[in-house]
Amino acid sequence: MIDIAGALVQLDGVRVVDGVDLQVPVGTWTMLIGPNGAGKTTLLRAVAGLVAHSGTVRVDGADLATLGARARARLLALVPQDPLLPPEMTASEYTLLGRTAHLGFLGRTSARDEEVAREAVARLGLTGLADRPLGSMSGGERQRAVLARALAQQAPVLLLDEPTTSLDVGRQQDVLDLVATLQTERGLTVLGAMHDLTLAGQYADRLALIDGGHMIAQGRPDQVLVETLIAHHYRARVRVENVGGAPVVLPTRALLPARAAPR
Amino acid sequence: MTGGPSRIASKSPPNEAAWPSAKPYATARVAAIGVPWRWLLGGIAALIVAVLTGLALGPAGISPAAIAADLLARLPGLGLGTSLSQLDSTVVWELRAPRVALGALVGAVLAVAGGSYQAVFRNPLADPYLLGVAAGAGLGATVAIAYVGASSAWLPGAAFAGAVVAVIAAYALGRTVTGGPNTTSLILAGVAVAAFLSAVQTFVLQQNSESVRPVYAWLLGRLSTSGWSDVALIAPYVLGSLIVLLAHRRVLDVLRVGDDEATSLGVSVTRVRLVVVAVATLGTAAAVSVSGLIGFVGVVIPHAVRLMAGASYRLVLPVSMLFGASFLCLADVLARTVLSPAELPIGVVTACVGAPFLAVVLRRVRGSDT
Repeated sequence: MIDIAGALVQLDGVRVVDGVDLQVPVGTWTMLIGPNGAGKTTLLRAVAGLVAHSGTVRVDGADLATLGARARARLLALVPQDPLLPPEMTASEYTLLGRTAHLGFLGRTSARDEEVAREAVARLGLTGLADRPLGSMSGGERQRAVLARALAQQAPVLLLDEPTTSLDVGRQQDVLDLVATLQTERGLTVLGAMHDLTLAGQYADRLALIDGGHMIAQGRPDQVLVETLIAHHYRARVRVENVGGAPVVLPTRALLPARAAPR
Repeated sequence: MTGGPSRIASKSPPNEAAWPSAKPYATARVAAIGVPWRWLLGGIAALIVAVLTGLALGPAGISPAAIAADLLARLPGLGLGTSLSQLDSTVVWELRAPRVALGALVGAVLAVAGGSYQAVFRNPLADPYLLGVAAGAGLGATVAIAYVGASSAWLPGAAFAGAVVAVIAAYALGRTVTGGPNTTSLILAGVAVAAFLSAVQTFVLQQNSESVRPVYAWLLGRLSTSGWSDVALIAPYVLGSLIVLLAHRRVLDVLRVGDDEATSLGVSVTRVRLVVVAVATLGTAAAVSVSGLIGFVGVVIPHAVRLMAGASYRLVLPVSMLFGASFLCLADVLARTVLSPAELPIGVVTACVGAPFLAVVLRRVRGSDT
């Protein structure tokens, strides 16, 4: 499990993450939500070891601060918000990068590495595209390639930073369905950050609302997706409806009541 | 499909010049047949041709066949005779062979070091020269020539020391600016250090105007050696540098996805960058300490290889090594035959041959791209 205690990150003197405590039990999925600049991505980057932080982050009991990049990459696989995809690299070469932390002496790939990468490519339905360069793929296909690379890392924890940005609603559901399936299949622990509150609530076991670097609320989606909380912290006008047992967050327009008045 | 590394939202990455890229489908097809071997074998063939040409061409006409036969005759246990006279044999093995060997070593290390710099800085124009090797070596050589003499035994050592000190200064400066080595600040620091050292060099030259000719002769590069001793002097540095850089070729591929992602994939990016920069700098400094500033190889050869054989460093580095060695051997053949018996500076040849060559490759690839 992931155990974050008193995480604090300063960027240019500003406390972007300010004393966050969060536990993500093994095999569960927690989504960080919060307005732009709340500190979601920075918290994920701190967990991934990409920004210096104080406080402790433990994964399966191991303090991440004591681990090198290689050991950390075997525990945590990161799906970045804005991955850099070399356009000439094929999907299979790209997936094989996920094996970096497992490679042997002088970076040689073993048959096992090739096998794991091939399996990850197949699991994400990219087998037919394995030898296609990333530059020729659609946004949805590229995001699957990024997930395949993360899967090839064979890490028990998956970090998802805005995994659905720039995808259409169908591809968003594809990606989240895939993550949900992989999570159950492999018992992955997932910590993500997301802007679409409805989708976040539908897929995650728990939500954690962050604002101004502070943890505001955490719990089941129906406990966190509450009109007053969302309206206050996002400074937004929303209605939360229950559709089939899941909360749906609907943005509403200020002028709407006037327009809806009987003519 | 060309342009910079694309992101999902196809934003162009900041602060990075666009990489020319080969036609994606061609790359994919080549990869599918598993053909790195085609390029490696091509490189080996080119090197053999270049070495034999280098041994065979010169004022004394000696046929490549006789040289190949003489080479075989030198192998123990074959019992073959040779048709080379004693004089021809000396010309080939004591005059031309060290020169060919030096050309191959220098060309190989310049090309591989250039490719490695381009990988760790993710910048298609980076090479050790840019981070201060050229300016540092130039200043070291100028000081040695101006104050000790052009035939000084201090010359290689001074050039080597100048190159290494310049890169250390650039690296230290680049680190202090941002608190950590960031590729753009490193390159800017290199440019600043180079500008400073060039100014000092100009001043030294102005004060010692009689050294202008030998200094320029050194700056333009030459492979005329004092025999095998120069080769023996740099071989350990060059070979060691080549081995370490080639061993990093897969890690360099991981760096193509950026520092953050490479870190999250398990690469100690700062350490890799430091090791690669240090080793590539040492190899290049050793090479230029005897050959002078032979330009163009470190940028053109990895580029040409990338355009032809694809962008993976697993292939780019070893193939660049072979073609870099071949290229410099052949450039040296031109350098010593075009104006024979006088010699053209080899730096002039590499630029005159390399620039049009790159233009042709670029045109060909861009042409097939549309």
